[in-house]
Amino acid sequence: MVSQKVKVVNPQGLHMRPAQVFVAEMNKYDSDVTIIFGEKTINGKGIMQLMASCIKMDSEIEIRCEGPQEAEALDAAVKLVEAGLGDL
Amino acid sequence: MILKGINASDGVGLGRAVCVREESLDYSAVPYSGKETEKNRLREAVEEFNLRTSAMAGRIREQAGPKEAEILTGQITMLADPFMLSQMQEAIDGGSCAEAAADSVLGMYADMFAAVDDELMRQRATDVRDIRSRLLSILLGAAGIDLSNLPAGTILVAHDLTPSMTVGLNKENVSGIVTETGGRTSHSAILARALRLPAVLSIPKALELIQDGDGLIVDGGEGVVVLNPDARTRAEYLSKQEDYQNTVAALEVFRDKPTVDADGKYYHLYANIGSAAEAADAAKSGAEGIGLFRTEFLFMDRTSVPDETVQYEAYHAVSKIMAGKEVIIRTLDVGGDKAIEYLGMEKEDNPFLGHRAIRYCLDRPDLYKVQLRALLRAGAEEKNIKIMLPLVTCVEEVRAARELLEQCKKELAAANIPYDKDIKLGIMIETPAAALTADVLAKGCDFFSIGTNDLTQYIMAVDRGNAKVEKLYSHFQPAVLRAIRNVISAGKRVGIPVGMCGEAAADPCMIPLLMCWGLDEFSVSASSILSSRAQIYRWHEKDFCHLTDEAMGLSTASGVAGYLKASVDQ
Repeated sequence: MVSQKVKVVNPQGLHMRPAQVFVAEMNKYDSDVTIIFGEKTINGKGIMQLMASCIKMDSEIEIRCEGPQEAEALDAAVKLVEAGLGDL
Repeated sequence: MILKGINASDGVGLGRAVCVREESLDYSAVPYSGKETEKNRLREAVEEFNLRTSAMAGRIREQAGPKEAEILTGQITMLADPFMLSQMQEAIDGGSCAEAAADSVLGMYADMFAAVDDELMRQRATDVRDIRSRLLSILLGAAGIDLSNLPAGTILVAHDLTPSMTVGLNKENVSGIVTETGGRTSHSAILARALRLPAVLSIPKALELIQDGDGLIVDGGEGVVVLNPDARTRAEYLSKQEDYQNTVAALEVFRDKPTVDADGKYYHLYANIGSAAEAADAAKSGAEGIGLFRTEFLFMDRTSVPDETVQYEAYHAVSKIMAGKEVIIRTLDVGGDKAIEYLGMEKEDNPFLGHRAIRYCLDRPDLYKVQLRALLRAGAEEKNIKIMLPLVTCVEEVRAARELLEQCKKELAAANIPYDKDIKLGIMIETPAAALTADVLAKGCDFFSIGTNDLTQYIMAVDRGNAKVEKLYSHFQPAVLRAIRNVISAGKRVGIPVGMCGEAAADPCMIPLLMCWGLDEFSVSASSILSSRAQIYRWHEKDFCHLTDEAMGLSTASGVAGYLKASVDQ
């Protein structure tokens, strides 16, 4: 399992569009993706929980990946979030 | 028959009713056919849902553009959530048929979205319910609601407009919208305004009263629907429709123009909004800022005080949408007449003269400081937020609020949280006391905004809801006019900007007087922006000053109103 903490930088937070971008990318990898946000544990490949968690700009989240492609998945996830999920 | 509802989108539409009745999605008679069969049924239904939805998205992308289509492609992504699908499969393993599994899991997510603190995210509940009913409709083999082939002159009558219904709409054949639920900020209302279709919402039992093929007139500006009108009524509304269309076309030229009078003097023309969602609407309608953002909505429909983050998000969203433009946010304006149970406000004999607005907030620093901190933080980046205190009657209230604001700044600075240290603090002038002491108040304020609705009520000592005394309620009362003149001149003497955010600011008869006295900023509803700009544009200084001199020489409200109407209509 690999993990990394990252800060959400896009102003809208994880709304529909950014969450869609994230989930679509994560589903390309053979790896479980979990997001830890405060006390919540969220499945990073499903958009419903991700959106309903209302993750805002400036929140810190931890991304955990586990599976054959965990390193690639984590790398892609962190880059996406840091780049603002297409929302900057 | 005349039906009254909420005026959600301006315009007049005439046509025949097409009633959108919810299909029966009752699956109680569906037998359980075993795990594998039910899972297959679910999988096939999801595939069919995706096919139909992307076809709809394709159609709407051509009709309305990529943004609108995203609502639908978003639904496909939502339903593709592997975690949610596994929850449905678990329900099937537990003995539920595919319908029951989809219904319970999607229902759970709809409730989850409906309960979140984020206003925009809460609207996703509508999407999830939409997914649920369409998926059930596919599973049950129902026909599905198709609004892509409506006959010309259709007035759509529905319980509520869901995203999937409205995006498939062949808009050119629709003349109006009537629903049983929804307010001015609902999905239906926002969509109707975007499509520029007249809409009247929240007509109780509309689907029982109206049948397919009934003749209907929708007056979206008045919030009135006429059912089976006679020929004379039709003729009246046809001419009203023509007038409306001509007016809209004539006003369109003002959308991208500055607000300037005939001599070239500039004014600020802002919008009043009641929720963060309305800010984008306001920007589109040509507003140069927000002159009044009512924050009560954040406190309603909840069971506890919204925390600092929730409030920050709402203020910050508006600040971002209006980047580079001012946003005047009014702090919590509540009283014993408004039911916000968790605030623990007592029923009072005289709520309008009671423990309300700034009086209540100053007695609840625990609660008020949360709002002030959220406002300070929200303005940190754009530096465009101004704080406005409601119902101020004396200097002490302004001082007390400023002291709390300074405390909040110190706390934020100590915690190293960014905030706008130069945030402006102003007051709403809506009591006779504030109007009479505007000269003293001006020295401690960064700006004034005159709230004419309450100011008129308090100056005239009249309850506008009481039909027996209502006739006294007019902003043309000489007492009200003098109060307004006094406030503007007091502000000018000290050099602080003075605005107006009541209904009077959009009244064509009032505008020349306000220009004459030197009002800096007019804040009106988004739908009145262009008409107000057009009114300001037509006046020369010598004319509005002459008009004001004459009007102020008259001694009755009816005299003033009559004189102004005759002069302005010329």
